[in-house]
Amino acid sequence: MADIALIGVSKRFGDIVAVDDLTLQVDDGAFVVLLGPTGAGKTTTLRLAAGLETPDRGLIRIGDRDVSKLPPAARDVTFVFQQYSLYPHFTVYDNLAFPLRSPARRLPEDEIRKKVTETAALLRIESKLGNRAARLSGGEMQRVAIGRALVRRPSLYLMDEPLSSLDAKLRAELRLELKRIQVELGATFLYVTHDQIEAMTMATKIGVIESGRIVQIGAPREIYEAPKSVYVAARLGQPSINLLPRAAAPELAAPSAAVTIGARTEHLRIVKARGADAHGEVVWIEHLGDQNRLHARILGHDVVTLAEADAALSVGDEIGVRFVNPLFFDVNGDRIVAGTA
Amino acid sequence: MARIEIEKLHRAFGDFVAVKSSDFVVEDGEFFCLLGPSGCGKTTTLRMIAGLELPTSGRILLGDEDVTFKRAAERDIAFVFQFFALYPHMSVRQNIAFPLKSQSVPRRERALRITEAARALRIEPLLDRSVGGLSSGDRQRVALGRAIVRQPRAFLMDEPLGALDAELRQVMTGELRALHDRLHCATIYVTHDQHEAMSMADRIAVMNHGVVEQIGSPREIYDRPASMFVADFIGLPPMNFLNFADRLEAGATEIRLGQAEISVPTLRESLPESELALGVRPEAVLFDDASALRGAVFGTEYLGTTQIVTITTDFGLLRARVGADRNLHVGERLGLTFRPEKLSLFEKQSGRAIYTALYEGAAHG
Repeated sequence: MADIALIGVSKRFGDIVAVDDLTLQVDDGAFVVLLGPTGAGKTTTLRLAAGLETPDRGLIRIGDRDVSKLPPAARDVTFVFQQYSLYPHFTVYDNLAFPLRSPARRLPEDEIRKKVTETAALLRIESKLGNRAARLSGGEMQRVAIGRALVRRPSLYLMDEPLSSLDAKLRAELRLELKRIQVELGATFLYVTHDQIEAMTMATKIGVIESGRIVQIGAPREIYEAPKSVYVAARLGQPSINLLPRAAAPELAAPSAAVTIGARTEHLRIVKARGADAHGEVVWIEHLGDQNRLHARILGHDVVTLAEADAALSVGDEIGVRFVNPLFFDVNGDRIVAGTA
Repeated sequence: MARIEIEKLHRAFGDFVAVKSSDFVVEDGEFFCLLGPSGCGKTTTLRMIAGLELPTSGRILLGDEDVTFKRAAERDIAFVFQFFALYPHMSVRQNIAFPLKSQSVPRRERALRITEAARALRIEPLLDRSVGGLSSGDRQRVALGRAIVRQPRAFLMDEPLGALDAELRQVMTGELRALHDRLHCATIYVTHDQHEAMSMADRIAVMNHGVVEQIGSPREIYDRPASMFVADFIGLPPMNFLNFADRLEAGATEIRLGQAEISVPTLRESLPESELALGVRPEAVLFDDASALRGAVFGTEYLGTTQIVTITTDFGLLRARVGADRNLHVGERLGLTFRPEKLSLFEKQSGRAIYTALYEGAAHG
């Protein structure tokens, strides 16, 4: 087990700056998730850590070794890809044993058997050890792919959207399992995703990435409750944060520099029209079963919030909106922290 | 515009029955979802309605017309696929115009319809761009444009958003529903994503192994699932099942889980001693120290506004959705109660829902 640090790392592909003077520290035993939309530079960052790309500038350290110039095999890291890459004609057992049988390692066969059995138990695929990989379901294949990464016990695990090819239910299951395994092994994970639920539920820290830079890193709750900017605020939360121009709520007390009001569901109270900060109309109520989403229009702006299941509201109703400690952003999209305005 | 009626529609491939004698009606102007896991028969059903596949038996009516054995081109139905096939060397306008050209619609009418379709989809500024440089969201909008420009009598969509990433899918879900509200044309939409179905559909048909297990509004399906399969397929996390064995008496308003007495909707049928499951939605779980039903926190998943708490009990694992402000730690012992009006009961062997006051007035699938 080890920590990893990327210090002032940059990588360009032609005219495109994929990673731009990025600095990131992943502590030993941490589960750090890089979250950002397509093209933000998450995967390139991960590939740089793995040694699949070489940085144009900057330093990469694993433990106390400078690995910037080392090939992947010399870094003692393991990489799990979005698409499982198994040997289809091998059994699950042989797929799992494969990384241990590399000529560089020369582990005795009973040692291999022990490690494979342990890993299979961890991933709950013991009963499948004798099956050919080609005969597994998608979820089982991805578990074997993860197992192949785990069996070696490297100092660092790098994962690139390993769950995104699975269906929703399986993804939810494997999320819990992956987190459990990481905690049980005390392993260090650097994990890339664009799925905010994966980030929120598994990470000890989320690094939000924008145009090749980490714009904020912190515990999920910190990122959710105290985002540094509009960009970060928009990455987390379902329904996503409502961003309204200051002028949409003239009655609301706000810092003088505030240009944008950021209101999550918990910052909004729907009230009878009088005595509200802003007024609008119900456009649509979306019944999702576990929650009802209220879509409203306030001075020409769309607002989405959660409504109580028994809220007596229907389309066309006039409503008032009260803000409860919303977030405020300035003209650059940076959050105005209370007390500094 | 037309309603679509499916009668005893059946499709077998050798020994394998893909769709088993299904019946349903999609009303004119309705947004109807076929929902189920892969291999449940939803796509085969859709392809038969489109005319891309012929049924083994049964009938398909479009309006008053029997189209069961008509060719796809004669059905006046537009089909939108998951992988949008656009002509890469043509502009957006030419792509949208294509179906009209092949129907030899006069030039002036063509121009008018293209403008209308582009306006409905808010892609007017893109009309003269080449499709090669478009984002995946805009490509899907163009594919939809090509479907709506024909002004068909019905739309069939096969996971049209399946290839998009989560954020864009959410946006497109809203757009598709808004588009439907403008066009009011019968739409059958196939998906395995329950969230899409819940969000867009007027009614949902949940399919499993070629059989329609339940048809109802999103709310009905969520609140009154007809079977354990439906209850488990809908909701994230899905409905919890607490396992117990007992006999049930019509008129009873409580069941026993070990030492705990649990209030349930009034039972409307009696059952001899059987294996049963109490169905509990995650948001119907409440914490109450006084309750005789005990559990221990196994893990929590923080989601911002809410958190999912996984709890072990003597009757099985339970997932609860509670506010994120509640502080819980692993191993903590909890007393549990449930919102009685939200509970379902199932007979485990058949998986069917037991009839209670909750289900009164509901259409059973």
